[in-house]
Amino acid sequence: MTENISVGTHSAGTGAVGSGSVGIVAPKIAHFNAPLTLKSGAVLPQFDLVYETYGTLNADKSNAVLICHALSGTHHVAGKHSEDDKYPGWWDNLVGPNKPLDTNHFFVIGVNNLGGCHGSTGAASINPATDRPWGSQFPVLTVEDWVKSQALLADYLGIQQLAAVIGGSLGGMQALQWTIAYPDRVRHALVIASAPNLTAQNMAFNEVARQAIITDPEFYGGDYYAHGVVPRRGLRIARMLGHITYLSDDAMGAKFGRVLKDGVKYSFDAEFEMESYLRYQGDKFAGEFDANTYLRMTRALDYYDPALAFEGDLSAALKHVKAKFLVVSFTSDWRFSPARSREIVKALLDNQCTVSYAEVTAAHGHDAFLMTGAQYHAILRSYLSNIEIGNNDAK
Amino acid sequence: MMPNNVNITNIITEFRQDFAIIANWVKFGSKILDLGCGDGELLQYLRKSLEVKGYGVEKDDANWLACLKNGSNVIQMDLEDGLLGFEDQSFDTVILSQTLQAMHHTEDIVQEMLRVGKEVIVTFPNFGYWRNRMQITGGRMPVSKILPYQWYDTPNVHLCTINDFDQFCKDHNISVLERRVITDAKVINFMPNLLGNLAMYRLKAA
Repeated sequence: MTENISVGTHSAGTGAVGSGSVGIVAPKIAHFNAPLTLKSGAVLPQFDLVYETYGTLNADKSNAVLICHALSGTHHVAGKHSEDDKYPGWWDNLVGPNKPLDTNHFFVIGVNNLGGCHGSTGAASINPATDRPWGSQFPVLTVEDWVKSQALLADYLGIQQLAAVIGGSLGGMQALQWTIAYPDRVRHALVIASAPNLTAQNMAFNEVARQAIITDPEFYGGDYYAHGVVPRRGLRIARMLGHITYLSDDAMGAKFGRVLKDGVKYSFDAEFEMESYLRYQGDKFAGEFDANTYLRMTRALDYYDPALAFEGDLSAALKHVKAKFLVVSFTSDWRFSPARSREIVKALLDNQCTVSYAEVTAAHGHDAFLMTGAQYHAILRSYLSNIEIGNNDAK
Repeated sequence: MMPNNVNITNIITEFRQDFAIIANWVKFGSKILDLGCGDGELLQYLRKSLEVKGYGVEKDDANWLACLKNGSNVIQMDLEDGLLGFEDQSFDTVILSQTLQAMHHTEDIVQEMLRVGKEVIVTFPNFGYWRNRMQITGGRMPVSKILPYQWYDTPNVHLCTINDFDQFCKDHNISVLERRVITDAKVINFMPNLLGNLAMYRLKAA
């Protein structure tokens, strides 16, 4: 608790990363010694969460915004770790001085979820009981577990109530779960390109992805660390499949069409541009992501279903929600379709919650939530700028 | 922001002429759904004057954003698809202000409003207004402040007269609780179908 959590100094004087950037940032680690009991009943004896913050926490700690990441995201939301970094954080277009989530006003927290592979405790971490990587023994996590651990991080940072929780896709599920689990600890939830649970079709994609990983001969039941290998082939195919579902048919058509790199070769090489793209994305991902994390992230997606305990009645599940909501979907998103967002909106309306819902016309499919569409960003900017800080404006 | 002690009647002149009448038909602190809410001006007015819990429905991106900016709850959807997602009798009042004439599925939206709202307010330009009749008599489609479009660019597809709408209510078993007809902010009681420019109805399912 002794560290200075202000990173306000990072936002100035780093012209190389461009104006509107939070500049050069450094991740921090919060260590938690108390055992964490998970939804499955498994207990993590201790754990680390790696996180970054941008902006300055105000005196009454009322300006904190938590960003929840999706399947492959990290704590590194904005800025760069060094001047030489090729790319900034994964949601840098949203977060920074004068950006829609303005770090001149908000104290923004990015965190790598438990079970992640970017510094938070996960399957590749050392199990203190065995002094070896957890591997297959690392528990299966749920959205509820993540939110619980994020609340512990908020405690650690001395933040009783978040001004907002923001997330897209799986991150949107976490934002929703925050309002269910901690109704008094979150004033606004921005649930973007998300769903109150996955459809069978959506879960089916996850199952194919997991089967690709699990049947990779170098998976070794999840204990591949001991063998000095990683199930690259499986992870690569899992990611290729994912990328197909994140884009719309139109977006893929516009991006690649049927364009050949160098004519027809009558081979099975990457002859079409689309194939090159998928292979590149798959290879890149397989080289930097942990397969056990991918399995657990997809499983958390599958399991999340807050209405389940209420006989499928989402309105009943949201009965005690107090946060105000912005729900956003994208017209061409078929993996998390607008109809699924409308289910969340309906349940909120049934409970007379404060909610606005935007159905943004976008061609990019699910990926649109990470892009900078003019209407989309105007919505986020307007909503976020209306959030009162310095007092409690919860319902 | 309006101070609380300002007399509402002094303010309404700044708003559209029908707002004051709508406000008279809406209960203090009630739950309101404003369909085709535009930039949210009516919602904002009702929120400030009557502390309603209001939601708007708006399809257009720019209008939707304007609503959000003025602090209204706004749901982006197309009214032509009905009011899917709104429970039966879940609002005290559902309002359709000067939008009926632009709806393709006129019967459907009125039925949907009566399903969702305990009461319904519908306002529309009266096509039977004498100035409209004059223009028709002169051989041209009416163009006026309340009907500002040319025949080729109008969004209005189902214009009607007050007599037409009265018949519609009868045919569809809809109770007319109250009807006001106004022209330039003046209430018209004499020959409303001829002298009234804007028709306003308070309805409920019979």
